[in-house]
Amino acid sequence: MISLTSPVRTRAHGWPAGGKLLALCLASVGLFAAPYVSVQLCVAVAVLGLYTLPGRVFLAHGLRRLWPLWPFIVLVSGWHLATGAPREGAVIVLRMLSAVALANLVTMTTTLEQMMGVVRRLLGPFSRLGINLRAVELAAAMVIRFTPVLAHKGAALALAWRARARRRAGWQVVVPLMVLALDDADHVAEALRARGGFEVDNKT
Amino acid sequence: MSTERNVAQIALFTALIAALGLIPQLTLAFGVPITAQSLGIMLCGTVLGARRGGYAALLFVGLVAIGLPLLSGGRGGLGVFTSPTAGFVFGFPVAAFATGLVMERLRGIGAGSAAGIAATVGGIVVLYAFGISGLALVLDRPVGQAALLVTAFIPGDLVKAVLAGLITAALVRARPLSVPSRL
Repeated sequence: MISLTSPVRTRAHGWPAGGKLLALCLASVGLFAAPYVSVQLCVAVAVLGLYTLPGRVFLAHGLRRLWPLWPFIVLVSGWHLATGAPREGAVIVLRMLSAVALANLVTMTTTLEQMMGVVRRLLGPFSRLGINLRAVELAAAMVIRFTPVLAHKGAALALAWRARARRRAGWQVVVPLMVLALDDADHVAEALRARGGFEVDNKT
Repeated sequence: MSTERNVAQIALFTALIAALGLIPQLTLAFGVPITAQSLGIMLCGTVLGARRGGYAALLFVGLVAIGLPLLSGGRGGLGVFTSPTAGFVFGFPVAAFATGLVMERLRGIGAGSAAGIAATVGGIVVLYAFGISGLALVLDRPVGQAALLVTAFIPGDLVKAVLAGLITAALVRARPLSVPSRL
């Protein structure tokens, strides 16, 4: 799987994930509360500065992750230049870039385990309300395990289709893929039950 | 149904949403390679029903948030939730839940047409309401203009709703005991 985390280790990796997430929330709210070009420009430059600190590899990785925003930048810039309100346009574009870049920064410098830790702490109080934390964690692990499995099976089905038809595989392939997924779910559920299932948790 | 089976079905459908976003060789209709991810959201509702389908989509969004690149094109992480298309991602669980709710209300009619209607209501009306709100908020546009930006995608999604109907009907025929929304 492609990794969204940073290719190089930075100092921010050691900071607590909860603090980074809280700071991100506050920064995002702040960005939307300040519709001034000067403020937005300062923030954008500061964010760019943060990206350059860990070096060129980090910067390149980070900038690549902003690339999907280009249609929106073109759209907003074009619209605001045409309507003669370039300042408002600049605010929107800069704010969008800073908000996404800051959020990406947190994802890039926080490992999956740290994020899981935050989720566990956030869900903790809900376990008394009947949310089975172990079930959530197990489901998350199963998704990570089965996504490549299902993608592989889908690709195999598409290949099998192409071996017999002149046209490329279409939506029809989704039906057997889902039958396989439902059957897999039944097998996994049986295996879980055979090992005691979630009943074990309730007893301890 | 046992807890184990619930959890397993939810997890497998979350993986299915992700897998549908990963398979590029799935050309849906008219030769246009549209992302099948929203088809996955629709199918969560039409096959698993409101609660389970909603949980599957919620788990998907949660895993994207903690940094797994499960969105089509390998996107993921927290940046997704501050980008202009954030509304659609936030809307995934609600859309799957709404799809399942309509599906469960339409037990009287055939699985195919029920799923088609449910997918249109949940996967298009509800999902676009969230998506358009997100676009309007991030791009600072009136709702009408934001809606105009996404009209190009509606025909493709209508095709997906029809496909969700056909696929659900085929699935009910293939595994009548494994489709919770029809039990």
